[in-house]
Amino acid sequence: MSLFKMDGKDFISNLPKIYAIYTGGFLLFFALMAVLEQAGLGADTIGILFIAFTIAIYAMIGVLSRTMQVEAYYVAGRSVPPVFNGMATAADWMSGASFVALAGGVFMGGHGYMAFIVGWTGGYILVSTLMAPYLRKFGCYTVPDFIGTRYGGKTTRLLAVLVLVIASFTYVTAQINATGTIAARALNIPFEAGVWFGLAGILVCSMLGGMRAVTWTQVAQYIVLIFAYLIPVFWMSIVQGFGPLPQLSYGGAVERIMELEPIVGVGTLTATESFAGLATLTTLHATPADGAMAAWKFIALAACMMIGTASLPHILMRYFTTPSVRAARNSVAWSLFFIFLLYFTAPALATFSKLQLLDPTLPTAIIGQPIESVLALDWIQKWSAIGMLAISDSNGDGILQINEFFLRADIIVLATPEMAGLPYVISGLVAAGGMAAAMSTADGLLLAIANALSHDLYYKIIDPKAETRKRLIVARVLLLVIGAAGALVASLQLTGILGAVAWAFCFAMSGLFFPLVLGIWWKRANRPGAIAGMAVGLGVGTWYLYMVYAGGMTPWIGLDHLRFGIVGASASLIAMVVVSLMTKEPDAETQAMVDEVRIPRGETIISSKS
Amino acid sequence: MTLDLAQREAHWRKTRNLTIGHLIVWFVFSFVVHGLAVPLNEINFFGWPLGYYFAAQGSLAIFVIQLFLFNKQQEKIDREFGVAED
Repeated sequence: MSLFKMDGKDFISNLPKIYAIYTGGFLLFFALMAVLEQAGLGADTIGILFIAFTIAIYAMIGVLSRTMQVEAYYVAGRSVPPVFNGMATAADWMSGASFVALAGGVFMGGHGYMAFIVGWTGGYILVSTLMAPYLRKFGCYTVPDFIGTRYGGKTTRLLAVLVLVIASFTYVTAQINATGTIAARALNIPFEAGVWFGLAGILVCSMLGGMRAVTWTQVAQYIVLIFAYLIPVFWMSIVQGFGPLPQLSYGGAVERIMELEPIVGVGTLTATESFAGLATLTTLHATPADGAMAAWKFIALAACMMIGTASLPHILMRYFTTPSVRAARNSVAWSLFFIFLLYFTAPALATFSKLQLLDPTLPTAIIGQPIESVLALDWIQKWSAIGMLAISDSNGDGILQINEFFLRADIIVLATPEMAGLPYVISGLVAAGGMAAAMSTADGLLLAIANALSHDLYYKIIDPKAETRKRLIVARVLLLVIGAAGALVASLQLTGILGAVAWAFCFAMSGLFFPLVLGIWWKRANRPGAIAGMAVGLGVGTWYLYMVYAGGMTPWIGLDHLRFGIVGASASLIAMVVVSLMTKEPDAETQAMVDEVRIPRGETIISSKS
Repeated sequence: MTLDLAQREAHWRKTRNLTIGHLIVWFVFSFVVHGLAVPLNEINFFGWPLGYYFAAQGSLAIFVIQLFLFNKQQEKIDREFGVAED
């Protein structure tokens, strides 16, 4: 099977063929499941087969990509073509939260929630214009590697590792949590077992082959997750009469919801009862909240997500794997394109999902229908049984009102196929997609942490003479230990998925954004400045988070715990500029290095230095 | 490296101006249009209220187009100064 030899030029030029066969195989599997469902195969078995089949493929790719070369382990041999790196980054980027929770958030939170969508796409403009090409020219293995070499000294490297670990670890627990939730539901096992099962899957993909294995599994995971997201939306759109390209035609559905909202009382009827963790729909679908404060909160949240994107090490390190600076730039554009496919679909999904519940002319409507007939619906019974949904006739008139329908936002994506009456094979597909999204992000994050600890802490600081073999073994042991620690924290279920994700962005931007950007764009930035920028940014950010989240402080100008990065990054910028200007400018060699980074052609900085 | 200091500076000046230009467009579609979402929503855009449309689709599509355009422009600058990779 020369097709699967993961080395050399042949493999790279065969990539389109390999992934075309893979995609065809996956769609064939999907068709087979659909046929078997018609033939009477049970829903549970279909769910198990979907999860087992996809994870088996990822594991196979992971094993085939094993390596003992440093360049392959850390940066996939710097040979990943831009389009494929784009897909891998998109999978790396779109977490379990994006896949499972985003559309539900838009469903419940309306316009205000879409700040996440704008933020998680617009951030790539910053990645491409300010960061990725220059970091690629630098030739580093990890993000702290850049900080440590540009500014010099062990303290800078150590601080960068610290910020990276805090941000990425916060994020990875949320992802392992998501894999646990999905695995538990699809395989009918307890949540704790689901967490460890998810971790095992994640580690098989990354342990043996490092970045190279993660790259090729992430491409495979992207293909699964994008089909799983798009197919139900296309299907619903056709059923509801909006045609086969819903993203271009759902304006009418938005208009219809806005017509129905005053009739059913969205925004005017509030719940008179309460169920733990559940809420009724009270926010208008497409109408932004009035006033300067609402506009500022939207902008501040979008800004945090964007600047956080440009500072998250597991994303930046994906652009170290391309063959050239130009390829790094192109692959950022492809990443954004592949991410765009999911994110511009999420509001469409939320819209169709809402319309089918509200519009009395559709057979799927529940609002305004007799309570008895609603309670008889399969999906209502199934989701109420596990406490994710509740129906209560608060005013006793026998009709379901908008303020009598309670749900958890997270279930929208998973429950929508059932609401629309689609066959179970679609639900199985969606579960596999959610699993792919959570696993791919967890893989990237774990690798970012383990690589920073093994390369920057162990090799560069503790034992610079360590031989290759030892370095790679240390890297793998660390991967295992950090993964286990992440699973342990995840099984305690300390934070909700979304809270933890937004915090990771805010930590990363507080500590890393300005040291990275100014390292490229401001020659005058020096070592004391970078140390101050990272330490003050991380310190002030953490203090502010603690004060508004647990300390009972009133947030400054609406900057709540999801937006603390604005405070941290501002402090970081001020500290870095002031301290840099008060201390000596960097030596001529460092300034020449910055000049060299700005030019695409030629050797990477790190290889020409050593 | 055959590049002299003046050329190096000219290349960087062009690169910097291109970056600033794109960041201005980015700023408008990231922040300005969403700050004006309430008045923009009065306008109907193929069924969508315009303010909603920008957040759900418009800004995103502009970001994608912007990045492919940026790559073309940067590549042209690099070629002009002979610093593009072969």
